[in-house]
Amino acid sequence: MDIIVCIKQVPDTTEVKIDPKTNTLIRQGVPSIVNPFDKNAVEAALRLKEQHGGKVTVLSMGPPQANDALKECLAMGADEAILISDRAFGGADTLATSYTLAAAIRKLGHYDIIICGKQAIDGDTAQVGPEIAEHLGIVQLTYIAKIEVNGKTVRVNREHETAYEVIEAKLPVLISAVKSLNVPRYPTVKGILRAVRAKIGVYTAKDLDVEPDCLGLKGSATQVREIFTPPQRTQGILIRKDSAGGAVEELMQKLTDAKIV
Amino acid sequence: MAIKFTDACVGCGACEPKCPFGAIEIKDGKAQNTAACTACGACVDICPVGAIERIEEKRTITINKDDYKGVWVYMEIADGKPRNVGFELLGQGRSLADTLKQELAAVIIGDGVSKFAKDAFAYGADKVYLVEGAEYKNYNTDGYTKACVELIENYKPSVMLIGATNDGRDMGPRISCRLHTGLTADCTGLAIDKETGFVAWTRPTFGGNIMATILCPDQRPQMGTVRPNVFKKPVPDYSRTGEIVKEASPVKPDDIRTKLVNIIEACIGSCNLEEADIIVSGGRGLGKPENLKLVENLAEAMGGMIGASRAIVDAGWIDALHQVGQTGKTVAPKIYVACGISGAIQHLAGMSSSDVIIAVNKDPEAPIFKIADYGVVGDVNEVLPLMTEEFKKIRAAK
Repeated sequence: MDIIVCIKQVPDTTEVKIDPKTNTLIRQGVPSIVNPFDKNAVEAALRLKEQHGGKVTVLSMGPPQANDALKECLAMGADEAILISDRAFGGADTLATSYTLAAAIRKLGHYDIIICGKQAIDGDTAQVGPEIAEHLGIVQLTYIAKIEVNGKTVRVNREHETAYEVIEAKLPVLISAVKSLNVPRYPTVKGILRAVRAKIGVYTAKDLDVEPDCLGLKGSATQVREIFTPPQRTQGILIRKDSAGGAVEELMQKLTDAKIV
Repeated sequence: MAIKFTDACVGCGACEPKCPFGAIEIKDGKAQNTAACTACGACVDICPVGAIERIEEKRTITINKDDYKGVWVYMEIADGKPRNVGFELLGQGRSLADTLKQELAAVIIGDGVSKFAKDAFAYGADKVYLVEGAEYKNYNTDGYTKACVELIENYKPSVMLIGATNDGRDMGPRISCRLHTGLTADCTGLAIDKETGFVAWTRPTFGGNIMATILCPDQRPQMGTVRPNVFKKPVPDYSRTGEIVKEASPVKPDDIRTKLVNIIEACIGSCNLEEADIIVSGGRGLGKPENLKLVENLAEAMGGMIGASRAIVDAGWIDALHQVGQTGKTVAPKIYVACGISGAIQHLAGMSSSDVIIAVNKDPEAPIFKIADYGVVGDVNEVLPLMTEEFKKIRAAK
């Protein structure tokens, strides 16, 4: 089984802070990590390979530093990693990003399953996966919490707001992974050593069969007009009493006064 | 748009730390942008020597935008009835349409769903586009995408709003990609940009740390998914009527390549937290899984749904469909009660836009108190039963 995993290197947004004086984002010292949902995608791919044999190829579009993220996936056990990197890809929205990733997947040739994280924690769009599937004309299965492959058929549990849908489809498919799909493994020492030595392939714009007008900022249908910091929530009333009864009494009084209850 | 650094740059580095995307580097004494640049323009006004310019780039792929008119709202049907988010969007769509002086239409797709047209009119639609058939009994990507794309190609709306539900976010990118247009995800603000007349889509990004306003200047329709529970439902007026346009289904059975074989229920009560008015969430401070019952009791007394922190989901106390936070659901209820949740930044990212936050925790230094409107310092296992009694009394008095 040939499995392709698309990953993104992201800033750890939980480490991002807002400068209270200028009300702008402080990015300094914020570590770059493999997008958490993408690690679930890598783990799912590795488990499918363990069950069914085959090959796991990890792709990432990004600047040269994204190599570190790809190496981490190799250390987890992926067989091959390819960086899709070119100035021409810069500033891409989800439409241009998915177009470029789809072109890279076509160049790789055969695949049975493509797995992505459900969304990246920096952009939170959850759009690149479905858009890759659309560019390739294949079935998409989004928000997936369980994957079973039987021959040429895949059966998944899809997260819905109120229940799981069990859905079947024929391969090839694109799957987007949620956190409850699995617990990603840690790289082994052997894996890390292998990753250090591994050579990561690079695709640039001229390696891909793409229209230059569809790439990067130029190929993006959306445009960022403005970036601003939202008003920050502040601390309200803190109730501290000797007894739980006293505290609840005061809470209920305050909620009633504020017409919340 | 593109960002250009002119020769006036002195390489002072003032812009470098201000870039939200970390896309500026100083090389050989000059600033330059890397491939991560989105041309957002956050750096332009920071430059003390005015060396950063935001320039219009000539685009080669364009369409005739004047052919596209009207605002559309996709009304999602789930479990046999329209989702609230559709009504919320009709309210927003109405004001966009009025500003543009264009018509507001609802798109309803399903099996036996014509009865919901009257609701669309009551909530503000002038027109309803209706596609019905057994192939739409359950949501499926292939069928619903094809039906929407066909409608858009035939009737050319300028704007399309879709609820940012799991199905909405599954279908939206499939449609926008097929039509080669822009889609802005999970919006929390909608307006018409005064200068251009385009829809200005505002959305949280970077884990809610910053907001971005996005335009779709050259492609049509302008599309966005909009977060449920952010906008108020308008007051319905059932005396309103409108035109129903019935469109023949373009979908053949072979077009649908997925098969829904089963539904697995896994929630305690309902876990449609995205559309809940009241959520009571439990965390590790409860001590043991049995104490989750206290959260359930309070939720029941308040008429709310049950949420959970990542910690107790990972510990297997409750299904992941209840999880609130960065790797779970993003919610915005009227009242959010956090019980024994310390308030890790990942949790806050999922609930900090709630109207009122009440937190109960025994540690007065818990980060949850920094954003709570009402904090109670105390043992959840003592406080929750007392709160439950109080809310029961309020309910009984009503």
